[in-house]
Amino acid sequence: MNVTLDQHKFFFERYGMTERDLERYLAAALSAGGEYADLYFEYLTSTSLMVDESMVKTASQGISAGCGVRVVAGERTGYAYTDDLAPDKILHAARTAALIASGPAKTPVVGEHRKPPRSLYPVALPTADSEITSKVDLVMRADRAARAYDPRIREVRAGYADEVRNILVVGSDGTLEEDSQPLARLNVSCIAKSDDNSARGTYGGGGRVTLDFFSGEKTPEFFASEAARQSIIQLDAREAPAGEMEVVLGPGWPGILLHEAIGHGLEADFNRKKTSAFAGLLGKRVASEKCTVVDNGTLPNRRGSINVDDEGAPTQNTVLIEKGVLKGYLSDKLSARLMGMADTGNGRRESYEHIPMPRMTNTYMLAGEEDPQDIIRSVKQGVYAANFGGGQVDITNGKFVFSASEAYLIEDGQITAPLRNTTLIGNGPDVLTRVSMVGNDLKLDEGVGTCGKDGQAVPVGVGIPTLKVDRITVGGTAKREPARDYMK
Amino acid sequence: MISQPIVTAPEKTDLNEIAAEVVRRAMAGGATAAEAVVREGTEFGTVVRLGQVETLKESGSRALGVRVFFGQRAASTYSSDFSPQALDHMVKSALQLARVTSEDPYAGIPEPGQLGAISGDLDLYYDDVFSLPTEERIGYARRCEKAAMDVDARIRNSEGGSFDAATGRKVLANSHGFVGEYQRSYCSVAAVPIAQADDGGMQRDYWYSVARSLSRLESPEAVGRIAAERTLRRLGARKARTANVPVVLDPMVSRSILDHIFEGVNGDSVYRGASFLSGKLGQKVAGENVTIMDDGTMPGGFGTSPFDSEGVPTRRTVVIDRGTLNSYLLNTYTAKKLKLQTTGNASRGLASNPGIGPGNFFLQPGSRTPQQMLADIDEGLYVTEFLGFGVNMVTGDYSRGASGLWISKGEFAYPVEEITVAGNLKDVFFNISEIGNDLEFRGSVACPTIRIDGLTVAGQ
Repeated sequence: MNVTLDQHKFFFERYGMTERDLERYLAAALSAGGEYADLYFEYLTSTSLMVDESMVKTASQGISAGCGVRVVAGERTGYAYTDDLAPDKILHAARTAALIASGPAKTPVVGEHRKPPRSLYPVALPTADSEITSKVDLVMRADRAARAYDPRIREVRAGYADEVRNILVVGSDGTLEEDSQPLARLNVSCIAKSDDNSARGTYGGGGRVTLDFFSGEKTPEFFASEAARQSIIQLDAREAPAGEMEVVLGPGWPGILLHEAIGHGLEADFNRKKTSAFAGLLGKRVASEKCTVVDNGTLPNRRGSINVDDEGAPTQNTVLIEKGVLKGYLSDKLSARLMGMADTGNGRRESYEHIPMPRMTNTYMLAGEEDPQDIIRSVKQGVYAANFGGGQVDITNGKFVFSASEAYLIEDGQITAPLRNTTLIGNGPDVLTRVSMVGNDLKLDEGVGTCGKDGQAVPVGVGIPTLKVDRITVGGTAKREPARDYMK
Repeated sequence: MISQPIVTAPEKTDLNEIAAEVVRRAMAGGATAAEAVVREGTEFGTVVRLGQVETLKESGSRALGVRVFFGQRAASTYSSDFSPQALDHMVKSALQLARVTSEDPYAGIPEPGQLGAISGDLDLYYDDVFSLPTEERIGYARRCEKAAMDVDARIRNSEGGSFDAATGRKVLANSHGFVGEYQRSYCSVAAVPIAQADDGGMQRDYWYSVARSLSRLESPEAVGRIAAERTLRRLGARKARTANVPVVLDPMVSRSILDHIFEGVNGDSVYRGASFLSGKLGQKVAGENVTIMDDGTMPGGFGTSPFDSEGVPTRRTVVIDRGTLNSYLLNTYTAKKLKLQTTGNASRGLASNPGIGPGNFFLQPGSRTPQQMLADIDEGLYVTEFLGFGVNMVTGDYSRGASGLWISKGEFAYPVEEITVAGNLKDVFFNISEIGNDLEFRGSVACPTIRIDGLTVAGQ
């Protein structure tokens, strides 16, 4: 099949590569045997801008390119990479990776070049010079909007970053996929000061989008006023309570709960090695029947979406938990083969310097039926968490945390005082069994998430509807009985 | 053992010639000042899991970046392609990009008189980290895992033993004629065993040794045994009751408290009032027993280098002197902002304005052993792991997930997990009631065992 669009033959045209070259590299990779080998070519261009004290203090651009060669023999992986795409350098990397195997040479099958199976995001062209002024304009507008929100806003930093990642994945099983993946993000961070207090607020968003995204609904002013609002609210925050209690999570980014509590624990590598607290729980009840959770890499323009994963497999919508029952794991090629299951298209890597492994894309819970207001009204005394910072999990014992950056007390069914930053801690395999109400207001996050695993960072998305967890530990400092002196 | 002194006088190596050439091109293109950075590194890593090689990785890479100034405007670009055309493109893009940035009266590279490098062998580079044949490197990882697995039948699984080695070279050149270069090496061995109790509950922990020379690495067997002991003692963990009790931090986690102090004295957050230590110079910010140093000159240190990322010699700075905030940590920019002098703590990637990084940043040890410290405590918590990032540097609010061991009558009673430890950093540093004598550097930030009073432990 002939492809005329040059974005679909990026490496072939830029580096004069041919299918014949690729075959030679793969043959070198399999020269000592092994079941499988692949080549991952990457060409990444990036731009970033930062406004600080109303000045554009930082502007940077860069290009990095390279090729990673992987050889798989049984459960063993050999890996080598080069940042020089000259044929002799790639061959050297292939021969280094080949050392993992010991057996007769294998002959690879090189696939046919074809158009990507689908298009979830625009094909971004290299940044034109005229665009840089539009990007500067975005961050300057964010700075002005945050300062205009309230005179107590003192420090504002607004950053814009984008990249276009061109990849070509060539596997010895005939895989040959090319993709061009744009990613953009606008971020605003403010500090508000009152006579006796300081507080911080951050907000941002983006996705696999081009510049025009920020002239739609999600303008710099939108992100800036949200960051400013959070910092102003936080000026009056009081001590959070300490101990187990009812917690209502707001829709959207608080979905980081799913990412930490169950997402990592369902990555196939941990289950293949039986190092996850979820190992052996397939088909078992791990959540209340109100919970259905998916990992979906096919949502258009979302930060966690990709047409094909970093092993060339198409991404998909994978059901992880259906009505409370554990249905599936997230796999890459290696785990799929060793576990005898289907590849879910979750093999991802940070760059050509890294070995791919099972990773999440966009992980979220489907909407339920409750009115979010009813959920809040049902709580006599507890916490409403609207926004979070980061989270972390120990996949072996299942314990996870996530830190609330905007939270309130709930008293007698009403949201009352804002709370100081607090960490929530729970146990992954049972926290979802305590979800007693699920709202009808599913929302995905704005597009800011970055997930780290084994030192590799990849962009991801999360989402939940409003939901109530009957019992989770809140890590505040206040005495058990929430004080009531501030009311009225 | 082969030791190679670092090069502090400009030497005509390929990389420093490239860096100097990039600076020349930027100046020829009209820049009023320029700075180039080149990094080159080689890495090896292997993981052995359940006795079998799981991954074997070996590669090298290099990249360079340039920062240019047009008067008070700055911009930067980077590239992994060293071809003449790519370097030309990189420099031109930076010159182009500087047109969109703002005039910042404080922007600039250091004054010529501030530039330089400390002399002498800083003991940072040993090529013995790559001296072993591949089979023996795999052997290190395998021995380490096996030692952990052999400790107890309850160690039933593993995330593997590993051996890693790396060397890196860094070159900095600027338009005042500074050209500096140094090399550092690193190797480590680690094990991550998993223990399982009869009820099926699993726990994981780890231990490692890291050194600049292979000859200084602890034996893989010793590392594996400690990893197993740390893992086994977590089995059967339960939740603790919500309480206010003394909290003792294991050195593996007490380091994080020093990270927060480092962030608090980081000039970048200080000048913008984003630190709970802003405006506190000369004031008491901690108890009398707290003295904190930053020393970028310690031979062999993990945070040691002859000059910082702007070409300013590293130095030794007393940050907190018996509880009094004595100095912030600064680069050229933040020093100008605060009307102070740089402390030689500039740190930067390939393409950005310099930030601030620690040299060897540590808390002066006390006199008693951790065991003696525990003996004083009737009921308390010994933390071996923190989870999450629940620290707000603006307000000092501190709330982190934790696991560890419950202390009862001066001894470890049982493991605990799924708890949080919370308080405010402004109080925490006054409430460090005792500091142990066990200071050990396992990275550029180091802290002995410490006891903190007044924190809230939340559990059941």
